[in-house]
Amino acid sequence: MSFNIIVLAKQVPDTRNVGKDAMKADGTINRAALPAIFNPEDLNALEQALRIKEANPGTTVTVLTMGLPRASEVIREAMYRGADAGIVLTDRVLGGADTLATSYSLAQAVKKFGNYDLILGGRQAIDGDTAQVGPQIAEKLGLPQVTYAEEIVDITPKDITVKRRLENGIETVKAPLPCVVTVNGSAAECRPRNAMLLQKYKYAASTSEQNALDETRKSLIEKRPYLNIAEWSAAFVEADPEQIGLPGSPTKVKSIENVVFTAKESRRIENNDEQLEQLVKELIANHTIG
Amino acid sequence: MSNFYNDNPDLKHHLSHPLMEKIAALKERDYADAETYDYAPYDFNDAMDSYNKVLEIVGDICGGVIAENAEGVDAQGPRVVDGHVEYADGTKQNLELCRKAGLMGMAMPRRLGGLNFPITPYIMAAEIVSRADTGFENLWGLQDCAETIYEFADEDQKKRFIPRVCQGETMSMDLTEPDAGSDLQSVMLKATEQPDGTWRLNGVKRFITNGDSDIHLVLARSEDGTKDGRGLSMFIYDKRDGGVTVRRIENKMGIKGSPTCELVYKNAKAELCGSRRLGLIKYVMALMNGARLGIAAQSVGVSERAYREALAYAKDRKQFGKAIIEFPAVYEMLAVMKAKLDASRALLYETARYVDLYKLYEDIAKERSLTPDERKEMKFYSKLADACTPLAKGLGSEYCNQNCYDCIQIHGGSGFMKDYACERIYRDARITSIYEGTTQLQVVAAIRHVTTGTYLGLIDSYAQIPVSEELQPLRDVLAKLTATYKESVEAVMAVGDTAYTDFMARRMVEMAGFIIMAHLVVLDANRNESFKKSAQVYVNLVQAEVAKHAEFIKAFKAAELADYMA
Repeated sequence: MSFNIIVLAKQVPDTRNVGKDAMKADGTINRAALPAIFNPEDLNALEQALRIKEANPGTTVTVLTMGLPRASEVIREAMYRGADAGIVLTDRVLGGADTLATSYSLAQAVKKFGNYDLILGGRQAIDGDTAQVGPQIAEKLGLPQVTYAEEIVDITPKDITVKRRLENGIETVKAPLPCVVTVNGSAAECRPRNAMLLQKYKYAASTSEQNALDETRKSLIEKRPYLNIAEWSAAFVEADPEQIGLPGSPTKVKSIENVVFTAKESRRIENNDEQLEQLVKELIANHTIG
Repeated sequence: MSNFYNDNPDLKHHLSHPLMEKIAALKERDYADAETYDYAPYDFNDAMDSYNKVLEIVGDICGGVIAENAEGVDAQGPRVVDGHVEYADGTKQNLELCRKAGLMGMAMPRRLGGLNFPITPYIMAAEIVSRADTGFENLWGLQDCAETIYEFADEDQKKRFIPRVCQGETMSMDLTEPDAGSDLQSVMLKATEQPDGTWRLNGVKRFITNGDSDIHLVLARSEDGTKDGRGLSMFIYDKRDGGVTVRRIENKMGIKGSPTCELVYKNAKAELCGSRRLGLIKYVMALMNGARLGIAAQSVGVSERAYREALAYAKDRKQFGKAIIEFPAVYEMLAVMKAKLDASRALLYETARYVDLYKLYEDIAKERSLTPDERKEMKFYSKLADACTPLAKGLGSEYCNQNCYDCIQIHGGSGFMKDYACERIYRDARITSIYEGTTQLQVVAAIRHVTTGTYLGLIDSYAQIPVSEELQPLRDVLAKLTATYKESVEAVMAVGDTAYTDFMARRMVEMAGFIIMAHLVVLDANRNESFKKSAQVYVNLVQAEVAKHAEFIKAFKAAELADYMA
């Protein structure tokens, strides 16, 4: 059996070091001021997709991202790790979207894509930390959703079994396919770039990137269609102009504050010597104590 | 977390050497694979871009995970469970990452599942891995053994074994036995041919790195009644067939994550690799040369790590109101460490390029006959590779040890404590001048290039490459040192006594090696300003070292040899 999987990924500003110029006057993020990275939990989602692909030959993994044209970098990163194709949903009119407008736009793109069995995404993006987009897409598509996924235990043509990481323990649930699964940061880390895939996909380019290429490269992409990264516009996915971008976004950010970094996430330590020693070592290593 | 490739511009300098254009074109057979394989480069720039990007993956994994795991791996180490090795947890994670990243079988051809990388970028990857975890470099670097299968096994064997290595199965070379270490002619492990053409192995091997690997190359006595190297053949043992168990893992001083095993062969099924009787005299020699280059890379990686640890500490540590790096005694040590590092690295990649070139011609010769010019070049580079490999391994590993010693010295009392990485690096470094042939054996391999003039020819060829006016004074010093070296060699040869020549061999080999490395660093400085300081510091050092050896040889009377004898 094989599956068609869509992985939702986002290129995010690296918010681990937010400076003064992080926000623009309109309350949206100044992406130019921060290095752009692959949203960490989307990498966890990608890893789950790649594991399904490994176990089920014939499975395809398509990465869907919405953002600036340069978000094709995220697609290439995913290809270097095993994704088959990618789509960048990019359009001026999509800019300034909140989670409602974003999930609407992405849901339209998913509809356009059509034939899929599973939609995977990270729990949340580090720029907004809302964790709303995944669930909203599920709602808009009328699909079941599983959040806080830590591991996909099993997948059959009919359903999927998922371990969820909850505050007080782990819950294993089963959902019918197709469905939306958002993956938690505690899930397996994404694999590294693969040397062979990197060489295969390093010239993958989106339509707008291809315009800037020389003839050699253009003809290479012509010969190797998998190097095409699709670029979709709002019109192409038949999005209602009233529901996208700033007009479609009821949320307005008033201000953002740079808070002192305290902790990434809570962690439970078992009461045994080995784990305690490990914790003390880590605390010494990151200069929390000692 | 740093990227161990991107944070070191010296590596990019060596990767961008002018000879790489020729090497890449030969390796890629003028980029013919691009038609067949979607990951093959279509021209030189594309190839270089791929080497660069793949080394970035190596640097990322090494700086991010392997280096972080090194301390835990050193503490935990591998263990024997039911006759097999269980790696430390960090080692397992490292291996898994390297497999996922597709960094196994890097130099193997694409048709067998490899990346088809030349030796030079592969060796660079080895250096980077070693900087992260020296012991792990052994496990990863044993993919070298696939080269022996590629060169000497039959097509069917290549197709069965090499893709497995590229997929991440590990290898080992089972050579040493309790009574056959440096003297491999004494190998006793018995190989018996079966009616079906397979063989059975019986006996014991000792000190086998990664001895519980998936695919073993085994040196065994196939010819009943023989006692020397001509009765030995090479075999491939597949762990899937069973018959070999690990009796114990040695408790070593360093590289503790790399399991060094004692193996017991009980009727282990094996197959012959190549021709009978050529096991030691041909295949092991080839295997060893590759392995020696690997240890040279490992040594440079450790040297780099030691230099960085020392530099960081010297900048950070304050005494008498200032950072200790501001004291001449400390900054001299650091400058010399850097110079030795740059010198050994320059020789490492120079050697790697020579190895690349002659092996490429050898490989091409399997497909078509070489032109007379190509044959000439093959012989030329083969000789240089043969001459430079023992220098790169011997002198590089000695420098690596010296740098680790100085690294601890710069750390002072703290360096003697288990709290800093330098003590582990120091322990890990110690083996580099011992295994795959001690420094003393590298001298044995190198001395004929002193006596036949290979080194002198190489030195002269370097001296003829024009350099900037600014570097000319260093060249003048090297010209004088070359004359001194020549005189010393002539003086030793004039005595005409083998024992006397052997006694002086290391001094002469070192003189040659130092001058060669000095030339290479000067050429690096000519191509890249950042090496200027190192060129000056290294030439200063070499000037004193060559004078010391020359003085010793000059003042020595042959009769004094007796005073040194036990």
